[in-house]
Amino acid sequence: MIAIVDYRAGNLTSVARALEHLGHHCEVTDRADRIRAADQVILPGVGAAGATMENLSRLGLIEVMRDEVIAAGKPFLGICIGIQVLLDRSDEDDTRCLGVVVGNVRRFPSVIDGKPLKVPQIGWNRVRQRLPHPIFDGIPDQSHFYFVNSYYPLPTDPAVVIATSEYGMEFCAALAKGNLIATQFHLEKSGAAGLRMLDNFCRMKA
Amino acid sequence: MLAKRIIPCLDVRAGKVTKGVRFLGNLDVGDPVAMARYYYEQGADELVFYDITASNERRGIMIDVVRAVAREIFIPFSVGGGLRTLDDMRAVLLAGAEKVSIDSGAVRNPNLISEGARAFGRQCIVLSMQVRRSENAGCKSGYEVIIDGGRTPSGRDALAWACEGERLGAGELCINSIDRDGTKLGYDLEITASISKSVSIPVIASGGAGEPRHLLEAFTIGVADAAIVASIVHYGEHPIPELKRYLRDNGVEMREATSPKRSGQ
Repeated sequence: MIAIVDYRAGNLTSVARALEHLGHHCEVTDRADRIRAADQVILPGVGAAGATMENLSRLGLIEVMRDEVIAAGKPFLGICIGIQVLLDRSDEDDTRCLGVVVGNVRRFPSVIDGKPLKVPQIGWNRVRQRLPHPIFDGIPDQSHFYFVNSYYPLPTDPAVVIATSEYGMEFCAALAKGNLIATQFHLEKSGAAGLRMLDNFCRMKA
Repeated sequence: MLAKRIIPCLDVRAGKVTKGVRFLGNLDVGDPVAMARYYYEQGADELVFYDITASNERRGIMIDVVRAVAREIFIPFSVGGGLRTLDDMRAVLLAGAEKVSIDSGAVRNPNLISEGARAFGRQCIVLSMQVRRSENAGCKSGYEVIIDGGRTPSGRDALAWACEGERLGAGELCINSIDRDGTKLGYDLEITASISKSVSIPVIASGGAGEPRHLLEAFTIGVADAAIVASIVHYGEHPIPELKRYLRDNGVEMREATSPKRSGQ
Protein backbone atom coordinates (compact mmCIF):
# COMPACT_ATOMS: atom_id res chain seq x y z
CA MET A 1 0.00 0.00 0.00
CA ILE A 2 1.14 3.52 -0.80
CA ALA A 3 0.39 6.17 1.82
CA ILE A 4 -0.36 9.69 0.62
CA VAL A 5 0.25 11.97 3.58
CA ASP A 6 -2.79 14.12 4.36
CA TYR A 7 -1.60 17.31 6.01
CA ARG A 8 -4.74 19.38 5.36
CA ALA A 9 -3.41 21.26 2.39
CA GLY A 10 -2.91 20.95 -1.31
CA ASN A 11 -4.68 18.82 -3.78
CA LEU A 12 -4.28 15.34 -2.34
CA THR A 13 -6.94 13.68 -4.42
CA SER A 14 -5.20 14.33 -7.74
CA VAL A 15 -2.21 12.20 -6.73
CA ALA A 16 -4.57 9.48 -5.49
CA ARG A 17 -6.50 9.54 -8.78
CA ALA A 18 -3.28 9.25 -10.80
CA LEU A 19 -2.16 6.23 -8.72
CA GLU A 20 -5.57 4.59 -9.09
CA HIS A 21 -5.40 5.17 -12.84
CA LEU A 22 -2.04 3.36 -12.82
CA GLY A 23 -3.55 0.51 -10.84
CA HIS A 24 -1.71 1.10 -7.56
CA HIS A 25 -3.42 0.74 -4.22
CA CYS A 26 -3.13 3.93 -2.17
CA GLU A 27 -4.55 5.50 0.94
CA VAL A 28 -4.81 9.19 1.80
CA THR A 29 -4.04 9.27 5.51
CA ASP A 30 -2.93 11.45 8.43
CA ARG A 31 -2.30 8.44 10.72
CA ALA A 32 1.23 7.58 11.78
CA ASP A 33 0.40 3.84 11.97
CA ARG A 34 -0.83 3.80 8.35
CA ILE A 35 2.29 5.65 7.21
CA ARG A 36 4.40 3.11 9.12
CA ALA A 37 2.52 0.24 7.48
CA ALA A 38 2.93 1.62 3.95
CA ASP A 39 5.40 0.24 1.43
CA GLN A 40 5.93 3.68 -0.07
CA VAL A 41 5.06 7.17 1.14
CA ILE A 42 4.16 10.25 -0.90
CA LEU A 43 4.12 13.81 0.43
CA PRO A 44 2.27 15.76 -2.25
CA GLY A 45 0.94 19.20 -2.30
CA VAL A 46 0.26 22.70 -3.16
CA GLY A 47 0.68 25.12 -0.31
CA ALA A 48 2.99 27.27 1.72
CA ALA A 49 6.03 25.92 3.56
CA GLY A 50 5.02 27.45 6.90
CA ALA A 51 1.49 26.04 6.89
CA THR A 52 2.74 22.67 5.70
CA MET A 53 5.28 22.35 8.52
CA GLU A 54 2.75 23.54 11.09
CA ASN A 55 0.19 21.00 9.95
CA LEU A 56 2.70 18.14 9.84
CA SER A 57 3.81 19.07 13.34
CA ARG A 58 0.28 19.43 14.71
CA LEU A 59 -0.65 16.04 13.24
CA GLY A 60 2.44 14.51 14.88
CA LEU A 61 3.80 13.28 11.55
CA ILE A 62 7.26 14.86 11.49
CA GLU A 63 9.10 12.16 13.46
CA VAL A 64 7.44 9.25 11.70
CA MET A 65 8.28 10.67 8.30
CA ARG A 66 11.81 11.69 9.17
CA ASP A 67 12.86 8.74 11.32
CA GLU A 68 10.70 5.81 10.34
CA VAL A 69 10.25 6.48 6.63
CA ILE A 70 13.11 8.57 5.24
CA ALA A 71 15.94 7.56 7.61
CA ALA A 72 14.75 3.94 7.49
CA GLY A 73 15.10 3.88 3.70
CA LYS A 74 11.45 3.38 2.83
CA PRO A 75 10.75 4.77 -0.67
CA PHE A 76 9.58 8.34 -0.19
CA LEU A 77 8.41 10.80 -2.82
CA GLY A 78 7.95 14.51 -2.19
CA ILE A 79 6.10 16.59 -4.77
CA CYS A 80 6.18 20.41 -5.05
CA ILE A 81 5.94 21.65 -1.46
CA GLY A 82 6.92 18.06 -0.66
CA ILE A 83 10.43 18.69 -2.04
CA GLN A 84 10.81 22.05 -0.34
CA VAL A 85 10.09 20.87 3.20
CA LEU A 86 12.92 18.32 2.94
CA LEU A 87 15.59 21.01 3.14
CA ASP A 88 16.82 22.81 6.27
CA ARG A 89 15.02 26.11 5.82
CA SER A 90 12.68 27.89 3.46
CA ASP A 91 12.64 31.62 2.73
CA GLU A 92 8.87 31.27 2.55
CA ASP A 93 7.60 32.47 5.93
CA ASP A 94 11.21 31.88 7.14
CA THR A 95 10.29 28.30 7.94
CA ARG A 96 12.40 25.63 9.59
CA CYS A 97 11.86 22.48 7.54
CA LEU A 98 12.58 18.74 7.97
CA GLY A 99 16.31 19.06 7.36
CA VAL A 100 16.81 15.69 5.70
CA VAL A 101 18.56 17.34 2.75
CA VAL A 102 21.19 19.99 3.49
CA GLY A 103 20.36 23.33 1.93
CA ASN A 104 17.69 25.99 1.69
CA VAL A 105 14.65 27.02 -0.31
CA ARG A 106 14.84 30.33 -2.15
CA ARG A 107 12.35 32.58 -3.91
CA PHE A 108 12.71 33.26 -7.63
CA PRO A 109 13.84 36.87 -8.12
CA SER A 110 11.21 39.07 -9.74
CA VAL A 111 13.86 40.69 -11.91
CA ILE A 112 16.74 38.85 -13.51
CA ASP A 113 19.41 40.55 -15.67
CA GLY A 114 17.22 43.63 -15.77
CA LYS A 115 14.28 41.67 -17.16
CA PRO A 116 11.10 41.00 -15.19
CA LEU A 117 10.45 37.38 -14.27
CA LYS A 118 6.85 36.28 -13.68
CA VAL A 119 6.56 34.67 -10.25
CA PRO A 120 5.10 32.14 -9.66
CA GLN A 121 6.31 30.09 -12.55
CA ILE A 122 3.15 28.47 -13.93
CA GLY A 123 3.35 26.04 -16.81
CA TRP A 124 5.35 23.38 -18.60
CA ASN A 125 9.12 23.48 -18.41
CA ARG A 126 11.86 21.20 -19.68
CA VAL A 127 13.54 18.95 -17.14
CA ARG A 128 17.17 18.10 -17.79
CA GLN A 129 18.28 14.81 -16.28
CA ARG A 130 21.61 15.45 -14.55
CA LEU A 131 22.23 12.04 -13.05
CA PRO A 132 20.87 8.65 -14.06
CA HIS A 133 18.15 7.40 -11.74
CA PRO A 134 15.54 4.62 -12.01
CA ILE A 135 12.80 7.22 -11.52
CA PHE A 136 13.61 8.39 -15.08
CA ASP A 137 13.05 4.95 -16.68
CA GLY A 138 11.32 5.51 -20.01
CA ILE A 139 11.43 9.32 -19.72
CA PRO A 140 13.26 11.12 -22.54
CA ASP A 141 15.73 13.73 -21.33
CA GLN A 142 14.40 17.31 -21.63
CA SER A 143 10.76 16.19 -21.31
CA HIS A 144 8.32 18.87 -20.18
CA PHE A 145 6.69 18.76 -16.76
CA TYR A 146 4.11 20.99 -15.12
CA PHE A 147 5.40 23.47 -12.53
CA VAL A 148 3.63 25.89 -10.21
CA ASN A 149 6.18 27.46 -7.88
CA SER A 150 7.49 30.72 -6.51
CA TYR A 151 10.28 29.01 -4.55
CA TYR A 152 12.90 26.44 -5.53
CA PRO A 153 15.15 24.08 -3.55
CA LEU A 154 18.86 24.81 -3.38
CA PRO A 155 20.63 21.75 -1.94
CA THR A 156 24.20 22.29 -0.80
CA ASP A 157 25.41 18.96 -2.18
CA PRO A 158 25.21 18.92 -6.00
CA ALA A 159 25.35 15.12 -5.91
CA VAL A 160 21.69 14.97 -4.81
CA VAL A 161 20.48 17.07 -7.74
CA ILE A 162 19.25 14.54 -10.30
CA ALA A 163 17.47 17.04 -12.56
CA THR A 164 17.44 20.76 -13.24
CA SER A 165 15.24 23.18 -15.09
CA GLU A 166 15.60 26.79 -16.27
CA TYR A 167 13.47 29.67 -15.13
CA GLY A 168 15.46 32.86 -15.27
CA MET A 169 18.29 30.67 -13.97
CA GLU A 170 19.02 26.99 -13.62
CA PHE A 171 17.43 25.46 -10.52
CA CYS A 172 17.08 22.03 -8.91
CA ALA A 173 13.93 20.40 -10.31
CA ALA A 174 14.40 16.96 -8.73
CA LEU A 175 16.62 15.48 -6.08
CA ALA A 176 17.36 12.00 -4.79
CA LYS A 177 19.25 10.50 -1.89
CA GLY A 178 18.92 6.77 -1.52
CA ASN A 179 15.24 5.91 -1.56
CA LEU A 180 14.27 9.53 -1.05
CA ILE A 181 13.09 11.20 -4.24
CA ALA A 182 11.48 14.57 -4.71
CA THR A 183 10.35 16.70 -7.61
CA GLN A 184 9.47 20.38 -7.79
CA PHE A 185 7.09 19.65 -10.66
CA HIS A 186 3.68 18.06 -10.39
CA LEU A 187 3.96 14.46 -11.56
CA GLU A 188 0.20 14.02 -11.24
CA LYS A 189 -0.46 16.89 -13.67
CA SER A 190 2.34 16.26 -16.14
CA GLY A 191 0.57 13.99 -18.59
CA ALA A 192 2.08 10.70 -19.71
CA ALA A 193 5.62 11.56 -18.58
CA GLY A 194 4.42 12.38 -15.07
CA LEU A 195 2.37 9.21 -14.84
CA ARG A 196 5.35 7.17 -15.95
CA MET A 197 7.55 8.68 -13.23
CA LEU A 198 4.87 8.05 -10.61
CA ASP A 199 4.65 4.47 -11.81
CA ASN A 200 8.44 4.13 -11.61
CA PHE A 201 8.32 5.32 -8.01
CA CYS A 202 5.51 2.95 -7.07
CA ARG A 203 7.63 0.03 -8.25
CA MET A 204 10.54 0.93 -5.98
CA LYS A 205 11.12 -1.39 -3.04
CA ALA A 206 12.67 -0.66 0.31
CA MET B 1 12.42 27.92 -20.67
CA LEU B 2 8.76 27.82 -19.93
CA ALA B 3 6.65 26.59 -22.85
CA LYS B 4 3.69 28.57 -24.16
CA ARG B 5 0.42 26.77 -23.48
CA ILE B 6 -2.46 25.86 -25.80
CA ILE B 7 -5.71 25.55 -23.86
CA PRO B 8 -8.82 24.16 -25.58
CA CYS B 9 -12.03 25.56 -24.17
CA LEU B 10 -15.19 23.48 -23.84
CA ASP B 11 -18.55 25.08 -23.16
CA VAL B 12 -20.74 22.75 -21.15
CA ARG B 13 -24.46 23.10 -20.68
CA ALA B 14 -26.28 20.66 -18.41
CA GLY B 15 -23.41 18.19 -18.66
CA LYS B 16 -23.02 18.32 -22.45
CA VAL B 17 -20.53 20.12 -24.69
CA THR B 18 -22.60 22.64 -26.60
CA LYS B 19 -20.51 23.84 -29.51
CA GLY B 20 -20.87 21.42 -32.38
CA VAL B 21 -17.61 19.61 -32.35
CA ARG B 22 -17.99 17.52 -35.46
CA PHE B 23 -14.66 16.13 -36.45
CA LEU B 24 -14.48 12.75 -34.83
CA GLY B 25 -16.13 9.76 -36.39
CA ASN B 26 -17.04 7.57 -33.47
CA LEU B 27 -16.72 9.93 -30.54
CA ASP B 28 -19.71 11.23 -28.64
CA VAL B 29 -18.81 14.84 -29.26
CA GLY B 30 -21.34 16.01 -26.72
CA ASP B 31 -19.55 14.13 -23.95
CA PRO B 32 -17.17 16.45 -22.09
CA VAL B 33 -15.22 13.52 -20.66
CA ALA B 34 -14.60 12.01 -24.09
CA MET B 35 -13.65 15.42 -25.45
CA ALA B 36 -11.28 16.06 -22.57
CA ARG B 37 -9.61 12.71 -23.12
CA TYR B 38 -9.29 13.44 -26.85
CA TYR B 39 -7.58 16.79 -26.31
CA TYR B 40 -5.38 15.33 -23.57
CA GLU B 41 -4.18 12.67 -26.00
CA GLN B 42 -3.67 15.33 -28.70
CA GLY B 43 -1.22 17.17 -26.48
CA ALA B 44 -3.33 20.00 -25.05
CA ASP B 45 -1.35 21.66 -22.26
CA GLU B 46 -4.37 22.44 -20.14
CA LEU B 47 -8.15 22.52 -20.54
CA VAL B 48 -10.84 24.94 -19.52
CA PHE B 49 -14.51 24.15 -19.03
CA TYR B 50 -17.13 26.87 -18.95
CA ASP B 51 -20.36 25.89 -17.30
CA ILE B 52 -22.95 27.85 -19.21
CA THR B 53 -25.82 26.21 -17.36
CA ALA B 54 -28.24 28.94 -16.44
CA SER B 55 -29.48 27.77 -13.07
CA ASN B 56 -27.83 27.01 -9.78
CA GLU B 57 -29.79 23.80 -9.42
CA ARG B 58 -27.88 22.37 -12.34
CA ARG B 59 -24.49 23.03 -10.75
CA GLY B 60 -24.35 19.49 -9.40
CA ILE B 61 -24.25 18.15 -12.94
CA MET B 62 -21.09 20.15 -13.63
CA ILE B 63 -19.49 18.83 -10.47
CA ASP B 64 -20.10 15.28 -11.72
CA VAL B 65 -18.48 16.23 -15.04
CA VAL B 66 -15.44 17.67 -13.24
CA ARG B 67 -15.10 14.53 -11.14
CA ALA B 68 -15.29 12.28 -14.19
CA VAL B 69 -12.81 14.41 -16.17
CA ALA B 70 -10.35 14.39 -13.26
CA ARG B 71 -10.27 10.59 -13.32
CA GLU B 72 -9.31 10.52 -17.00
CA ILE B 73 -6.89 13.34 -17.70
CA PHE B 74 -3.64 14.18 -15.95
CA ILE B 75 -2.97 17.74 -17.00
CA PRO B 76 -4.30 20.85 -15.25
CA PHE B 77 -7.79 22.04 -16.01
CA SER B 78 -9.87 24.94 -14.84
CA VAL B 79 -13.59 25.39 -14.46
CA GLY B 80 -15.48 28.63 -14.81
CA GLY B 81 -18.94 29.97 -15.27
CA GLY B 82 -21.15 31.45 -12.60
CA LEU B 83 -18.80 30.94 -9.64
CA ARG B 84 -19.85 33.49 -7.03
CA THR B 85 -18.82 32.20 -3.63
CA LEU B 86 -15.95 30.41 -1.91
CA ASP B 87 -18.20 27.37 -1.63
CA ASP B 88 -18.74 27.35 -5.40
CA MET B 89 -14.98 27.43 -5.87
CA ARG B 90 -14.29 24.80 -3.24
CA ALA B 91 -16.77 22.41 -4.84
CA VAL B 92 -15.05 22.39 -8.23
CA LEU B 93 -11.56 22.21 -6.70
CA LEU B 94 -12.53 19.30 -4.48
CA ALA B 95 -14.03 17.55 -7.50
CA GLY B 96 -10.57 17.66 -9.09
CA ALA B 97 -10.16 20.91 -11.02
CA GLU B 98 -6.75 22.53 -10.65
CA LYS B 99 -8.01 26.08 -10.96
CA VAL B 100 -11.19 28.09 -10.90
CA SER B 101 -11.96 30.82 -13.35
CA ILE B 102 -13.95 33.72 -11.95
CA ASP B 103 -15.44 36.51 -14.01
CA SER B 104 -18.59 38.56 -13.33
CA GLY B 105 -18.67 37.27 -9.75
CA ALA B 106 -15.29 38.93 -9.12
CA VAL B 107 -16.34 42.24 -10.70
CA ARG B 108 -19.40 42.36 -8.44
CA ASN B 109 -17.42 41.22 -5.41
CA PRO B 110 -13.64 41.77 -5.79
CA ASN B 111 -13.09 40.20 -2.36
CA LEU B 112 -13.84 36.89 -4.03
CA ILE B 113 -10.36 37.05 -5.57
CA SER B 114 -8.53 37.71 -2.31
CA GLU B 115 -10.63 35.26 -0.32
CA GLY B 116 -10.14 32.59 -2.96
CA ALA B 117 -6.39 33.20 -3.06
CA ARG B 118 -6.19 32.97 0.72
CA ALA B 119 -8.26 29.81 0.92
CA PHE B 120 -6.83 27.87 -2.01
CA GLY B 121 -3.63 29.63 -3.07
CA ARG B 122 -3.14 32.21 -5.79
CA GLN B 123 -2.24 29.62 -8.37
CA CYS B 124 -5.83 28.33 -8.19
CA ILE B 125 -7.44 31.64 -9.10
CA VAL B 126 -7.77 32.62 -12.74
CA LEU B 127 -9.37 36.02 -13.16
CA SER B 128 -11.18 35.86 -16.47
CA MET B 129 -12.36 39.10 -18.03
CA GLN B 130 -14.55 39.81 -21.04
CA VAL B 131 -13.25 43.00 -22.65
CA ARG B 132 -14.49 45.24 -25.45
CA ARG B 133 -13.17 48.39 -27.10
CA SER B 134 -14.91 51.32 -25.51
CA GLU B 135 -15.35 55.04 -25.91
CA ASN B 136 -16.23 55.27 -22.22
CA ALA B 137 -14.13 58.13 -20.86
CA GLY B 138 -13.53 56.20 -17.65
CA CYS B 139 -11.76 53.48 -19.59
CA LYS B 140 -8.33 54.95 -20.23
CA SER B 141 -6.94 51.83 -21.86
CA GLY B 142 -9.70 52.06 -24.46
CA TYR B 143 -11.17 48.76 -23.28
CA GLU B 144 -14.00 48.09 -20.87
CA VAL B 145 -14.84 45.03 -18.80
CA ILE B 146 -18.22 43.56 -19.73
CA ILE B 147 -20.04 41.21 -17.39
CA ASP B 148 -22.99 38.81 -17.42
CA GLY B 149 -21.84 36.82 -20.43
CA GLY B 150 -20.97 39.90 -22.45
CA ARG B 151 -24.24 41.76 -21.86
CA THR B 152 -23.56 44.37 -19.18
CA PRO B 153 -20.86 47.07 -19.39
CA SER B 154 -19.26 47.31 -15.95
CA GLY B 155 -17.74 50.77 -16.38
CA ARG B 156 -14.38 49.33 -15.34
CA ASP B 157 -11.26 49.93 -17.37
CA ALA B 158 -9.82 46.60 -18.56
CA LEU B 159 -6.18 47.39 -17.81
CA ALA B 160 -6.97 48.85 -14.40
CA TRP B 161 -9.10 45.82 -13.51
CA ALA B 162 -6.32 43.44 -14.59
CA CYS B 163 -3.84 45.22 -12.29
CA GLU B 164 -6.39 45.28 -9.48
CA GLY B 165 -6.99 41.55 -9.98
CA GLU B 166 -3.27 40.83 -9.66
CA ARG B 167 -3.06 42.96 -6.54
CA LEU B 168 -6.01 41.14 -4.99
CA GLY B 169 -4.35 37.78 -5.53
CA ALA B 170 -5.25 36.37 -8.94
CA GLY B 171 -2.67 33.82 -10.10
CA GLU B 172 -3.40 34.23 -13.80
CA LEU B 173 -5.44 36.52 -16.03
CA CYS B 174 -7.51 35.41 -18.99
CA ILE B 175 -8.34 38.21 -21.43
CA ASN B 176 -11.28 37.37 -23.66
CA SER B 177 -12.05 39.84 -26.43
CA ILE B 178 -15.76 40.11 -27.09
CA ASP B 179 -15.03 41.97 -30.32
CA ARG B 180 -12.97 39.05 -31.62
CA ASP B 181 -14.80 36.08 -30.08
CA GLY B 182 -16.10 33.83 -32.84
CA THR B 183 -14.72 36.04 -35.65
CA LYS B 184 -11.61 33.96 -36.48
CA LEU B 185 -9.84 37.31 -37.07
CA GLY B 186 -7.21 36.69 -34.44
CA TYR B 187 -6.79 37.66 -30.79
CA ASP B 188 -6.99 41.28 -29.71
CA LEU B 189 -3.24 41.78 -29.47
CA GLU B 190 -3.36 45.36 -28.24
CA ILE B 191 -5.15 44.80 -24.95
CA THR B 192 -3.47 41.41 -24.42
CA ALA B 193 -0.01 42.96 -24.77
CA SER B 194 -0.76 46.03 -22.70
CA ILE B 195 -2.05 43.88 -19.83
CA SER B 196 0.75 41.32 -20.11
CA LYS B 197 3.38 44.06 -19.93
CA SER B 198 1.73 45.64 -16.90
CA VAL B 199 1.39 42.59 -14.64
CA SER B 200 3.80 39.97 -13.35
CA ILE B 201 1.44 36.99 -13.53
CA PRO B 202 0.74 34.83 -16.59
CA VAL B 203 -1.72 36.19 -19.16
CA ILE B 204 -3.94 33.97 -21.30
CA ALA B 205 -5.19 35.32 -24.65
CA SER B 206 -8.72 34.35 -25.61
CA GLY B 207 -11.17 34.98 -28.41
CA GLY B 208 -10.65 35.08 -32.14
CA ALA B 209 -8.21 32.31 -33.09
CA GLY B 210 -8.89 31.10 -36.61
CA GLU B 211 -5.44 30.51 -38.08
CA PRO B 212 -2.20 29.08 -36.64
CA ARG B 213 -0.52 32.46 -37.11
CA HIS B 214 -3.02 33.99 -34.69
CA LEU B 215 -1.47 31.92 -31.91
CA LEU B 216 2.01 32.95 -33.00
CA GLU B 217 0.92 36.60 -32.84
CA ALA B 218 -0.64 36.12 -29.41
CA PHE B 219 2.64 34.71 -28.05
CA THR B 220 4.92 37.24 -29.75
CA ILE B 221 3.13 40.58 -30.31
CA GLY B 222 0.53 39.89 -27.61
CA VAL B 223 3.21 38.68 -25.13
CA ALA B 224 0.70 36.08 -23.90
CA ASP B 225 1.83 33.07 -21.87
CA ALA B 226 -1.02 30.87 -23.05
CA ALA B 227 -3.80 30.91 -25.62
CA ILE B 228 -7.34 29.60 -25.44
CA VAL B 229 -8.52 27.81 -28.57
CA ALA B 230 -12.07 26.81 -29.45
CA SER B 231 -13.40 26.57 -32.99
CA ILE B 232 -9.90 26.42 -34.50
CA VAL B 233 -9.54 22.98 -32.93
CA HIS B 234 -13.17 21.91 -32.43
CA TYR B 235 -13.83 21.64 -36.16
CA GLY B 236 -10.64 19.77 -36.89
CA GLU B 237 -9.24 22.42 -39.23
CA HIS B 238 -6.03 22.79 -37.27
CA PRO B 239 -5.46 19.96 -34.80
CA ILE B 240 -3.25 20.70 -31.79
CA PRO B 241 -0.21 18.72 -33.05
CA GLU B 242 -0.26 20.80 -36.25
CA LEU B 243 -0.55 24.06 -34.30
CA LYS B 244 2.36 23.06 -32.08
CA ARG B 245 4.50 22.06 -35.05
CA TYR B 246 3.83 25.41 -36.70
CA LEU B 247 4.61 27.36 -33.54
CA ARG B 248 7.78 25.38 -32.86
CA ASP B 249 8.94 25.95 -36.45
CA ASN B 250 8.49 29.66 -35.75
CA GLY B 251 10.65 29.60 -32.68
CA VAL B 252 8.01 29.28 -29.96
CA GLU B 253 8.84 26.90 -27.11
CA MET B 254 6.08 24.26 -26.99
CA ARG B 255 5.66 21.13 -24.91
CA GLU B 256 6.21 17.91 -26.79
CA ALA B 257 3.64 15.55 -25.39
CA THR B 258 4.49 11.89 -25.40
CA SER B 259 1.57 9.66 -26.20
CA PRO B 260 -0.27 8.73 -23.02
CA LYS B 261 -0.66 5.19 -24.36
CA ARG B 262 2.99 4.59 -25.07
CA SER B 263 4.42 5.14 -21.67
CA GLY B 264 3.95 2.45 -19.19
CA GLN B 265 0.22 2.05 -18.73
